[in-house]
Amino acid sequence: MIRTENIHKKFGDHHVLKGITTEFFKGKTNLIIGRSGAGKTVLLKLLVGLLEPTEGDIFYDDVNFNKLGKKDTRTLRMDVGMLFQASALFDSMTVEENIRFPLDMFTNMTRKEKRKRVDFCLERVSLGFVNDKYPSEISGGMQKRVGIARAIVLNPKYLFCDEPNSGLDPKTAIVIDELIKSITIENNITTVINTHDMNSVMGIGDNIILLHQGQIAWRGNNGEVMESDNEILQNFIFASPFLQDLRDAALEK
Amino acid sequence: MNFKILTHFGRYLIMMGTAFSRPEKTSMYYKETMRQMNDIGVGSLTIVGLIAVFIGAVTAVQFAYQLDGTLVPIYYIGYIVRDSTIIELAPTITCLVLAGKVGSNIAAEIGGMRQKEHIDAMEIMGVNTAAYLIMPKVVAALVVIPLLVAIAAFVSVFGGYIAVVPAGYMSHEEYIQGVRSFFDSYNIFLMFVKATVFAYLLTSVSAYQGYYVKGGSIELGQASTNAVVFSDILILLADYLIAVLLT
Repeated sequence: MIRTENIHKKFGDHHVLKGITTEFFKGKTNLIIGRSGAGKTVLLKLLVGLLEPTEGDIFYDDVNFNKLGKKDTRTLRMDVGMLFQASALFDSMTVEENIRFPLDMFTNMTRKEKRKRVDFCLERVSLGFVNDKYPSEISGGMQKRVGIARAIVLNPKYLFCDEPNSGLDPKTAIVIDELIKSITIENNITTVINTHDMNSVMGIGDNIILLHQGQIAWRGNNGEVMESDNEILQNFIFASPFLQDLRDAALEK
Repeated sequence: MNFKILTHFGRYLIMMGTAFSRPEKTSMYYKETMRQMNDIGVGSLTIVGLIAVFIGAVTAVQFAYQLDGTLVPIYYIGYIVRDSTIIELAPTITCLVLAGKVGSNIAAEIGGMRQKEHIDAMEIMGVNTAAYLIMPKVVAALVVIPLLVAIAAFVSVFGGYIAVVPAGYMSHEEYIQGVRSFFDSYNIFLMFVKATVFAYLLTSVSAYQGYYVKGGSIELGQASTNAVVFSDILILLADYLIAVLLT
């Protein structure tokens, strides 16, 4: 579980996050949603330590992440996997080398063991026969899957996904969502996803927080989205007249 | 008062302090250092060799012109070519050229990784990115650049030979006599000191420019240019200081 307590983040005079206190649960897909500029990416970067909060604390289970020294931070990060918006695969390495990189860096596994682990992770994300390809030689959806394979190769306890569906067609996006969800349940890990994809919200939102102007405007799960009368949530989720009509029709039933 | 330069200097020191910390996995750093040695060393041999030939040739021809009609013995051309290349031209010109070739490459490579979130990805994995991306480059440069400078010095002396002997300025024996005269091994020491200092400056300054790059492709281009400009300025400054302190 990850817990934040009264997180504030300022960039000069710009107050981006204003007192975020929330929990991200183990074994669940925790979603951070909100409009562009709401502070989702900043919150995710704070959670993984790429930014430091101006005020407040972040706890990984009972460990205060912000009070850790550099060495302990690196040790804790070995339990963290992250899927980046643009995948962030090392473009001069093959798919296999990308996934193997954390194993090469942090384990004493033999070449054979590493190969087995890489193959397992690739199989887990339903990718075969791409080991020797470079990231530029595979599609965007495949790159995301390789990114997930790399993120889970060290068996992380915490998985972070920054806009995992951006740039993907709706069908592939659902495949990626389902993959993240099943990995979360299978490994009983804490998964935090930053998204504004409505299919993700309705499909895999076990625990959702809606950020609006740097504050939590709503929290709940995908089952509660439809019935909620929170205006900010409704304006965000059912932004178009088409979606509003769909919601009204669903509620009438 | 503008403290920007102090901010950069402080950040540079912190980055280098982090870069020279204990590696997570020695074998990975060793592999990366070998790759960098190949890129910096083998990859620069042609350009360094070519420039060295012309440095020696031009030095020899110009001294031949200046000594013409004077009482200075003609074999001095070999001596002057040897010492001027060993003490000054080989380390300085070679490293100024390498600042352009290797320095800009380092800044672009690390800067590109920063922009494509590769550095963030490594950080989140728990990798000390300053160490993994910078230390192997600096160590490789400290090993191979002095070797390149030594090769450049040797090739320059040869370049001087082919410029003046076949052209008839002096005989083979006279040039060899000059090259063998008044040899002081301290000059070799001076050459290696310069090469080592310049190698450190050009790699670390370029790495700094790339590591802290922000923005897009324009900023990456600027970082690459800054890497060359600042490396060149610092190499010339260090050249002067070494000359003052060690000669």
